[in-house]
Amino acid sequence: MLEISELLNNLETALKHIIGQRQLVNPLMIGIRTGGCWIAEQIHQRLAISEPLGLLDISFYRDDFSQIGVNPNVKPSQLPTNIEGRDIILIDDVFYTGRTIRAAMNEIFDYGRPNQIVLAVLIARDGKQIPLNPDCVGVSITLNADQRIKLTGPNPLAIHLETIDTVA
Amino acid sequence: MSNNVQLNAEGKLKHFLSIEGLDKCLLTEILDTAESFAGMSTQQVKKVPLLRGKTIVNLFFENSTRTRTTFELAATRLSADVINMNIATSATSKGESLLDTIRNLEAMFVDMFVVRHALSGAAHFIAQQTAPHISVINAGDGQHAHPTQAMLDMFTIRQLKPDFSNLRVAIIGDILHSRVARSEIQALNTLGAAEVRVIAPKTLLPAHVESLGVSVSHNLTAGLKDIDVVMMLRLQKERMTSALLPSESEYFKCFGLTEEKLKIAKPDAIVMHPGPINRGVEIDSKVADGPQSVILKQVSNGIAVRMAIMAMAMQTSPSVGRNAASTPSMAITGAV
Repeated sequence: MLEISELLNNLETALKHIIGQRQLVNPLMIGIRTGGCWIAEQIHQRLAISEPLGLLDISFYRDDFSQIGVNPNVKPSQLPTNIEGRDIILIDDVFYTGRTIRAAMNEIFDYGRPNQIVLAVLIARDGKQIPLNPDCVGVSITLNADQRIKLTGPNPLAIHLETIDTVA
Repeated sequence: MSNNVQLNAEGKLKHFLSIEGLDKCLLTEILDTAESFAGMSTQQVKKVPLLRGKTIVNLFFENSTRTRTTFELAATRLSADVINMNIATSATSKGESLLDTIRNLEAMFVDMFVVRHALSGAAHFIAQQTAPHISVINAGDGQHAHPTQAMLDMFTIRQLKPDFSNLRVAIIGDILHSRVARSEIQALNTLGAAEVRVIAPKTLLPAHVESLGVSVSHNLTAGLKDIDVVMMLRLQKERMTSALLPSESEYFKCFGLTEEKLKIAKPDAIVMHPGPINRGVEIDSKVADGPQSVILKQVSNGIAVRMAIMAMAMQTSPSVGRNAASTPSMAITGAV
């Protein structure tokens, strides 16, 4: 049901539309580690963006640090030094609660003040907890309480819909 | 004294008191985390919100410039609030006991102590006595340990020479009085360095120094052969209680690092020093300021490494306060 190539096609089309609509100039694409980077690599290629892809690790900006601590797999973010006034396309794999995007935007603004940010995600699922919405999606879905989405990659990139055991 | 006091029930870092008792995996995790913090230097706002709302007290019973300043910078870059206790003007100088000082600070809702003390074991003592939610970081205790210095040195070495298994490191100078040397030796051996060599006059080496896992040389010229990393130590005049050396100039002649002597080490060897340096006593200015010196890089790296250690020690137990029903697994989408 979730065919990755189809979702990437949808996302590419939606992004092309919004780039025109919002008049993005020389946009800088940023992927959120890890899944978002995999998606961003694909879309970056499809849109033939010349500037290298930016990589964002939001581990230090998560709002649940006091519960889960430092992510032991944290990697440095790789953003151009000057993002002041830039048009940014922010890419993630799954939009769920919205907290990752909040953290990502907090981090981006610590690098400078962009002109505008467009949020593009491969899959938007139900369950958002803060008032944020993606601008472009590959697909929007509603999951049962015991279902979750798993992205594996980067080669091959695949989406799996899994049923989890109910937490006791 | 058990070193397990450093780890919580899940084996995560709770206090950082000594390299002893920490495994390679944990030391590597500190270095990897520090690498990400070092990457922050390109940000316009050099701050992350990890420790927002936490209060850290720098409790320095001994003088310090570099260590205290970099701890303070590290804490503020993690968005913590930092109090620097000036012991000279505090109630300690009126006779308040260490434990009473700690109890009073605890009553002010402190979350972390960064402790430097002239007595070995002071940080361990505080870690054992303090309230369970408080973390303690050892910023140097007597002649025992200076673990954050060792970690920032490991970080600096790894940046330039990533493979520890091929690394020959010489630690030169006052090993006897040096808490830095002890921590460096433990860290290098834990990370699997090929050889740790100590080079010093007999009077500045502890008895049975070989038992620390080092080879020993009493001759700088012979000892520097094949060395990748030259770690100089400060001649600790304030800790010398008896006449261990004929004179400073005599020491420089035999154990001072000059350009000429440095040529004996490998051509790409790096020169390190924890500071403060005594120019013309243990190291010649031409070497300290020369192309092989990474002394100022060590200072810069101190911030990122201390950020990593503080952030890791401040994480609460993963099982506490975690709401499984509303917390999706990181492995699933990397997204919450």
